[in-house]
Amino acid sequence: MKTLRYRNIRDKVMESIIIISTVLVLLPLIIIIVHVVVHGISAINWEFFTEELGSPSRAIQGRPTGLVHTILGTVVVDFMALALAVPIGIGAGIMLSEYPDHVLNPTLRIMNDTLNGMPAILKGLFAFVLIVKPMGTFSGFAGAVALAFVMIPIIARTTESALMSIPWSLREAGLAIGLPRWRVVLSTVMPAAKTGLVTGILIGFARAAGEAAPLLFTSFGNNYLPNNWLGFIFEPVDTLPQRLYSLAISPYSEWHSMGWAAAIVLLLFVIVCFVGARLLTRKKFQTN
Amino acid sequence: MMENLTKEKSLTSIIDTSSEFQFNGVKSTASDMKIRMETKNLTVMYGKSTGIKDVSIPIYDNKVTALIGPSGCGKTTFLRALNRMHDMTRIAKVTGEVLLDNKNIYDEDVNPVIIRRKIGMVFQKPTPFPTMSIYDNVVAGLKLVGIRKKSLLQDVCEKALTQAALFDEVKDRLNDSGVSLSGGQQQRLSIARALAVEPEVLLMDEPTSSLDPQATTRIEELIHTLKNDVTIIIITHNMQQAARVSDKTAFFYVGDLVEMGDTRNIFTKPKEKKTEEYLTGRFG
Repeated sequence: MKTLRYRNIRDKVMESIIIISTVLVLLPLIIIIVHVVVHGISAINWEFFTEELGSPSRAIQGRPTGLVHTILGTVVVDFMALALAVPIGIGAGIMLSEYPDHVLNPTLRIMNDTLNGMPAILKGLFAFVLIVKPMGTFSGFAGAVALAFVMIPIIARTTESALMSIPWSLREAGLAIGLPRWRVVLSTVMPAAKTGLVTGILIGFARAAGEAAPLLFTSFGNNYLPNNWLGFIFEPVDTLPQRLYSLAISPYSEWHSMGWAAAIVLLLFVIVCFVGARLLTRKKFQTN
Repeated sequence: MMENLTKEKSLTSIIDTSSEFQFNGVKSTASDMKIRMETKNLTVMYGKSTGIKDVSIPIYDNKVTALIGPSGCGKTTFLRALNRMHDMTRIAKVTGEVLLDNKNIYDEDVNPVIIRRKIGMVFQKPTPFPTMSIYDNVVAGLKLVGIRKKSLLQDVCEKALTQAALFDEVKDRLNDSGVSLSGGQQQRLSIARALAVEPEVLLMDEPTSSLDPQATTRIEELIHTLKNDVTIIIITHNMQQAARVSDKTAFFYVGDLVEMGDTRNIFTKPKEKKTEEYLTGRFG
């Protein structure tokens, strides 16, 4: 009886530790969200989504000001980065998972891990040398390239593990009916791993969407809307994380609360992307 | 002990071809016994351990050849060597020859994809493509290489499903998921998918081991019908099944071919003691 009671107590203790750990993980997240919303909600109004930022005097004098150029810039730069990173990241992931005996495989693995561990600001520096210098100007495209370097190693690794989770027998079944290897990967393995692939892309996207450092000397920032859509690609562009940083280090309290509001929008942007991707990739067939 | 056994025998004595004409009597003619495939000194190594060694056997056209032997004796290794499935396994190394119509399928100029279209395979476990409908599963081998003609695909689908004795059960729900079927149905779906590309040779690795007796019977019936068009090589752990469905039987033991011959001879008067012991259940 004594041992049974001892085991029951031990069970309760372990359970409490797990619950406490869970709370400790969630607590900072909840505090951050509450804090951001409390500080930023006052700066969110209709004009926040329709007006450009302009000079600090606009905010100080209470004239209409907002971050429409930042929100649009973020959408353009992030999705441009995604368009660059998905084919390369997925391709590298396929190489890592499906061609383990290829000569380039070990090199690719090491380079991918190195890229993943590299500070984001270095990726910005690289994009600066690669794109900004030759173009002679900061641009949304340069920012997208820098963010793509953030996304690629994450997408490659998650693609690899998503594909590896598909049993080998499925590939053999495809090969056995005379399909070439690339077709087996494309038409049988990848559809089966779709959920994992999308999750990987989302993790890479969310990570890059929150990065300010690589954008500081690539897309640079801009207080105004460009004249046309091409301006988002070829001219300096505002993005939410970088604007958040600029607003936060500014000396104006009006801009500080706009910074909090920018954080709310960034959070919502990532959440909307997550939910949207999940809805788009719902399983065609329910597996029993 | 086994090594001594095999060393003493020449190839001709392992392969009992002499008695075919006597046993099959009037039914047999020389053209009946056309050799479709042949292995010559086929050896498969997994790293340093041997999967099978020096296996040389003929596979006769439009006959069912059964591979029997205890677990781990190399039957599956042998079967997978026949359509170059070992290409995908890094550590597996295949030496010797596998001839299909007198052409070695391991030659440099042979495309394994073409070989696998001619030599189909059905696995032990059913492997429907999980994201595809029943219809798409069956025609996958055609559709995914660019054949889009709907009427053709529909005909092929119906024919293959009928051959695999599944059509009546699924004809009203061809657009349902392949994995919504029961295990036995999934296995027949896998067979239909293999048949849809019209292979000339069909390799079956214990196709009925996960099926109930009723489904097993249907697949055995299918093998009987199919052998008019297709050469079949089947692995089975079920001795009665080997006796029921096959014309030829090869007995493997720890990587060696012990003997091969007419199924009737192997089961009634095996030449090797090892075969007799296995068939009578003394080991294995």
